[in-house]
Amino acid sequence: MARHEGRGMASVNYPIGMNLGGDPSQALIHSNPDGKFTVALSAIDLGQGMKQVSRQIAAETLGVPVEDVYVDTADSDTGPHDMGSFASRGTHRMGNAIIVAAREARGVLLEAAAEELEVNAADLVTDGRGNIHVRGAPSRSITVKATAQAAQFKQGKTIAGRGIFLIPLSAVDAETGEMNPNTAFAHACLVADVSVDDETGEVEVLRMTSAYELGRVINPRMVEQQLVGGAWMGISHALYETPEPYYPNPEHGPRDFNEYLMPGPGDIAPYHVTVLERPAPDGPFGGKGPGEMCANPVLPAVANAVYNAVGVRVDELPITPEKILRGIKANGGVKPGPRRGGPVNWR
Amino acid sequence: MATMEMRKDLFADERDDNLNVIGKGVQRQDMPGHVTARTRFFDDHAFDGMLHLKVVRSPHHHARIRSIDISAAERAPGVRRVLRGADVPVNKNTLLSLINFGKDDEPSLAVSKVSYKGEPVVAILADSEAQAQAACKLVRIDYDLLPAVFDVEETLKAGAPVVNETYPGNYFEYHERFDHQKLRFGDVERGFSGADIVMEHRYQMSPIEHAPTETNGSIAAPEQNGRYVVHSCAQGLFFALGTTAKIVNVESNQLHFIGGTVGGGFGGKVDTLTEPLAVLGAMLTGRPVRFVLDREEEMLYGSPRGAERIYIKDGLMRDGRIVARHIRSYFDAGAYTRLSSYAAIKCTAHVPGPYWIPNVTSDIYVAYTNRCPSTAMRGFGVTAVDFALEVQMDRLAEAANMDPMELRILNAYRDGDMKPHRRAAKNTALVECVQVAAEKANWPLSEQAKRASSLIGGGVGERAQIPATQLDARGQIGRPDTRSGPVTQVLPAGTSRIAPSKQPVMEGARDGRAAPTQVPRYEPPRPAAPPAPPPYQPAPPPSYQPAGSHPAPPAYQPPPAPPAPPPSAAPAQTQHGAVRFSSVFGTRRR
Repeated sequence: MARHEGRGMASVNYPIGMNLGGDPSQALIHSNPDGKFTVALSAIDLGQGMKQVSRQIAAETLGVPVEDVYVDTADSDTGPHDMGSFASRGTHRMGNAIIVAAREARGVLLEAAAEELEVNAADLVTDGRGNIHVRGAPSRSITVKATAQAAQFKQGKTIAGRGIFLIPLSAVDAETGEMNPNTAFAHACLVADVSVDDETGEVEVLRMTSAYELGRVINPRMVEQQLVGGAWMGISHALYETPEPYYPNPEHGPRDFNEYLMPGPGDIAPYHVTVLERPAPDGPFGGKGPGEMCANPVLPAVANAVYNAVGVRVDELPITPEKILRGIKANGGVKPGPRRGGPVNWR
Repeated sequence: MATMEMRKDLFADERDDNLNVIGKGVQRQDMPGHVTARTRFFDDHAFDGMLHLKVVRSPHHHARIRSIDISAAERAPGVRRVLRGADVPVNKNTLLSLINFGKDDEPSLAVSKVSYKGEPVVAILADSEAQAQAACKLVRIDYDLLPAVFDVEETLKAGAPVVNETYPGNYFEYHERFDHQKLRFGDVERGFSGADIVMEHRYQMSPIEHAPTETNGSIAAPEQNGRYVVHSCAQGLFFALGTTAKIVNVESNQLHFIGGTVGGGFGGKVDTLTEPLAVLGAMLTGRPVRFVLDREEEMLYGSPRGAERIYIKDGLMRDGRIVARHIRSYFDAGAYTRLSSYAAIKCTAHVPGPYWIPNVTSDIYVAYTNRCPSTAMRGFGVTAVDFALEVQMDRLAEAANMDPMELRILNAYRDGDMKPHRRAAKNTALVECVQVAAEKANWPLSEQAKRASSLIGGGVGERAQIPATQLDARGQIGRPDTRSGPVTQVLPAGTSRIAPSKQPVMEGARDGRAAPTQVPRYEPPRPAAPPAPPPYQPAPPPSYQPAGSHPAPPAYQPPPAPPAPPPSAAPAQTQHGAVRFSSVFGTRRR
């Protein structure tokens, strides 16, 4: 009996958004009389951080502090139409709609400020801390709050904006599959180190090392949350989960978390991610979307690492101890592959 | 356990990092609520007199319904109403009918037959969940068992039991012509015959349960004026609203959906599983109705990630270049379409993975089987094929006696390379991801691989061209005999049949590169120039003065960075002619 270490890798890309075509998102933004902004959407926060991404994009575009922006989603009476939160589309599609809305609201804000300061709106800039001033003449300034009050009670202006971002529908050719997916693509490469026990067939993921290219990172803490959580889901997909363990035989399905296999805290592997940013030309500040893809490279990287460790190809997920032991037996024993590289360059 | 670092040096000349709050790890606005349990999810809304809805599910994989007897259930304690298929105003729907894709094929409550174990047949509304569950046991349904089919390839054979009578061939029908979605690019047969090594392997992705912390559910309650409020965990609020309005046959503004804060979804909350019956129950009883799946229902009948069976055939040269790839894949939709028809399209656009290969074809099938309908899940249409592709790549590396990283870099797509769906790649970064991962993992690369770049070598010569392409008429609807057939036509090189749709152009973008503030040109029309400021006259203070308002402007501090420029007054260029989204392919709903 022995444990065998192995190393495998995989590289992937991922399309952002629906490519069935006709993929719109809308956003409405308005200020209250104190210069505090509300972004009304129908996007869904599933825990991934849609509200916060929207908030940061709105604050950046408006030029106001992030604390002065609140995102209200999703109420069909007040939030305009959105397709939904799926297909890694939220940041990209909704982010662009918010930029359009915020630019319009910002335009009115600067016009109102210009009226108060008796200058041309084109000469005004914001400092991101709640002030508007003349470019090159910082002493000629007014707060966003005073501007909003003047707009509401003196000038009769709505500091508000509306935005839509639409990826137009695309046909798909029946014979060639030609189409316009019209999306940005994110990229990743992941290396998995595993240990395989040749007596029990158990696989332990020792560590993972990856690089992700995601366009502009809007909020690095939330990107980390997505990439790490998704990678652990990838381990779960690779080694544990299925409601039909003898698929296509539909029997023996689990009914609850006692019977449905998932990794526990002790099965979580140390993980290092490096993030690259190649901005998407059509993304909000170049953003793409890390939502879905972060589980994908783990599945094949673990399968390839298992092969490297013991010489067993498991082509049917999940990679269970039973499949590994049967594979070792069929091969007449463990057949380790070539050693790949040395200890990782991180701790 | 986990660490993340940023490599700001890569692609630095394509970014302006001079931003105020973008790129900062500021705390989420919703996080304090989440960790102090003040966040309200759909099930945190209580109503007086709320009823609980539970459904009676089919115990059989495939059976004809001979009779349904609800008399005992109706008399059971606490039961207020029992619903059958005939009570549902529009008892047949398909989710993507909202974008005119596919035919209505799934009832809310089964009428004449059940096609999977767990299919809802009768709904009970009672004062308590326990009473509803007790009454479910009193419903008597008489079934005639039918033969069932569970394998995606068996179900496509002649003589297989018909799972879904809307699609009698047990496959989704593409373009009203074919039993699968085709991808054709170049001449794979010639590619295989010229290859040094040809290998084909079969891969099987398992079904997966989404396992969200919060199970699927909703609460519907009468509002005034014939409206209904619905607290929903839908991943697409208007998808759920539109689907519900169609099924209960009301105008969309009679429904007031509230959601947006969801306890995990992963794709499993796109199906609108509970809202239609909850609203229907509220309409018929005048009472608030709560319909929430328990954990066992979520796990067994809450629509999983569908299984996929994938065959990949590759032609490889000894130097590691892949010269031809054919993929044949079967999505297991379960008994009804839900979203599988879309996954096959997405998969088709994803083939052959992030590589440039001169000859690529694929045939993607959506097959119906007698199991719970599958649906979207994280990486829909991509996760399974990525597993298959990347294990296959590992095999190719071994066959070429090449390092797996080197094989990826050699074959990686680069800017300007033509993809098989006949659009050029741009904004690529696979090569750099491989290089950085190798470096961090201490996985040695050759000097040549280290020097490779996504910006170099793509779109050169044939890499930028649409090749002459072999077409066929294989797999015509209703004719399994045509699944193998001859080449019918050779499409000349450079042929494009689908008009390129306009990309949303970003204001401020130069040379396709990101600008500090990128705005698609959808901005509503604005005056050509801002109105001149009116003559200054000291104004009286605003009548409205919130407490503590009107502080003196804070002392000026030099801005850390030049902020976004003021909005351009350039005329708006709108390009969205389509207000009502619709698909121009597939079967239109009539």
